[in-house]
Amino acid sequence: MSTIELSAKRGSSEWAGAAGNARVLIARSLRHILRSPEQLMLMLFLPIMMLLMFRYLFGGAINTGDVTYVNYVVAGIIAVSVTFNSTVASVAAATDMSEGIVERFRSMPMLSSTVLIGHVAASVVRNMVSIAVMIGVGFLVGFRPVAGVGAWLAAIGLLVLFAVAISWIAVLLGVLAKTPEGASGLSMPLVFIPYVGSAFVPPSTMPDGLRQFAENQPVSLVVDSVRALLMDLPLGNTAWLAVVWWVAILAVVVPVAGRVFRARSASPAA
Amino acid sequence: MRDGPAIEVRDLRKSYGDHDVLKGLDLEVRRGTMLALLGPNGAGKTTAVRILSTLLDFDSGVAKVAGYDVAAEGRAVRRAIGLTGQQTAVDGLLTGRENLVMMGKLQRLRGNAPRRAAELLDQFDLRDAADRQVKTYSGGMRRRLDLAISLLTSPSVLFLDEPTTGLDPRSRTQVWATVRELLSGGVTVLLTTQYLEEADQLADRVAVVDGGHVVAEGTPAELKHQVGAERLVLTFGGSDVVAVAADVLAEDSPNREDRTVSVPVAHAKDVRRILGRLADVGIEPDDLTVDKPTLDDVFLTLTGTHLGGK
Repeated sequence: MSTIELSAKRGSSEWAGAAGNARVLIARSLRHILRSPEQLMLMLFLPIMMLLMFRYLFGGAINTGDVTYVNYVVAGIIAVSVTFNSTVASVAAATDMSEGIVERFRSMPMLSSTVLIGHVAASVVRNMVSIAVMIGVGFLVGFRPVAGVGAWLAAIGLLVLFAVAISWIAVLLGVLAKTPEGASGLSMPLVFIPYVGSAFVPPSTMPDGLRQFAENQPVSLVVDSVRALLMDLPLGNTAWLAVVWWVAILAVVVPVAGRVFRARSASPAA
Repeated sequence: MRDGPAIEVRDLRKSYGDHDVLKGLDLEVRRGTMLALLGPNGAGKTTAVRILSTLLDFDSGVAKVAGYDVAAEGRAVRRAIGLTGQQTAVDGLLTGRENLVMMGKLQRLRGNAPRRAAELLDQFDLRDAADRQVKTYSGGMRRRLDLAISLLTSPSVLFLDEPTTGLDPRSRTQVWATVRELLSGGVTVLLTTQYLEEADQLADRVAVVDGGHVVAEGTPAELKHQVGAERLVLTFGGSDVVAVAADVLAEDSPNREDRTVSVPVAHAKDVRRILGRLADVGIEPDDLTVDKPTLDDVFLTLTGTHLGGK
């Protein structure tokens, strides 16, 4: 007993403790990926299915001007796969909320909302693996990016920011939903946001109103930026706008998620 | 842990809107002892445990655990306690060992976590299942793992909220054995239960809770005493014999029913005396039993309802 108490007291600052806990909980969520077939399927096969579907089923009918459709659509499918993969984080967060494990964390001397960081980190990892798989398969079906190292890094950086923000939104929805089933429903609209944008078709063909929205909504900004960076198209200021948008979204969503987590987990057990 | 009782609760109140869950709860648990909160569903037992383990705010009153104020020194309280809630708080995708090591690391056991995990897996008879995913565990195994997790940091105060609800009799006995071991190791335990037998078997003292406050408190023996002595129940062949027997035993204040007469008895010699008197008039009972009052009797006497609201 005494040795354990000693090492428990030796803990440095609260922040170092929180960082240590985040590491432990990230490891937990990463283990979950490897142990849940659904997560693996979604991560590995969904992007491939979508890519092949849009490349061969729909692609022939869509005119994207100077850029071949596969070169156009990869950025869009990346966006959809990020939103799709992130719904898993909603379900994971809701599962934790509905089972006793959050109560356990709250009864321990730790910052219990750190558990959300674990879900977000795992979600970002799933997203990155998914994107890598998709780009790999993309090469096999005619995707030919012409970006230099700097442009690749910029695109990857932007996608990481996007994935982090979408994952936080997904986790927030999961905490709000409280049951895994509810989370799955609540996070579904997330998946469709890229569709109302420049992911699969150029918005120039859309009716007014819808077109303005599709061109300027934050997911489209990411898609357009990534496409421009990888295909060496004129970038304009979409990349900066995308960064501003998603940093702003993060700045709102993270504290809200923490607050909702505390409120929800402290409410009486059903 | 500071001086004083391990758990001290005075006039604790908690309500949700118009619904008063705790209406002035008073408790005191001495160190190294176990207090059982016995009461039906909705009596406020779980609410009390959630407040004392810092999971829930309260409206007014005093609550101290290990000498620390629950409202003001939550972190110190969390360092001192272990909690096994009604829901098993384990990660089904991880193995038993991984669960323990993870929870240990979260509580800063660091390098000690794997060693401590191995100790507890042994102690809770989970060594063979240690490296299997918890979702393959039986209910009893999950409970034991849950209990093991709450003991990682060797807490001085342990809250067990209905720890055997939903367990088969064998697993229940196993959990009881473990809890007894902990008590002999000096841990203070606050147990909530709806099972009389559980409180009777394990607890040093029992607080009967109903409607948000304590309606009776004492050792299991004291509480039973409140209800009355043991009774000798004599069964006879016919109602005419019952009438005669009741007559003969008139000064023992008999309780007469259809086929039985029961009288309070304090000593074995009372039994002999009563049987002797009956023999004097030529009556032999067909059957005799000694009924001990149960905690359910206690509960019925104190609150007018049976445990579990029946």
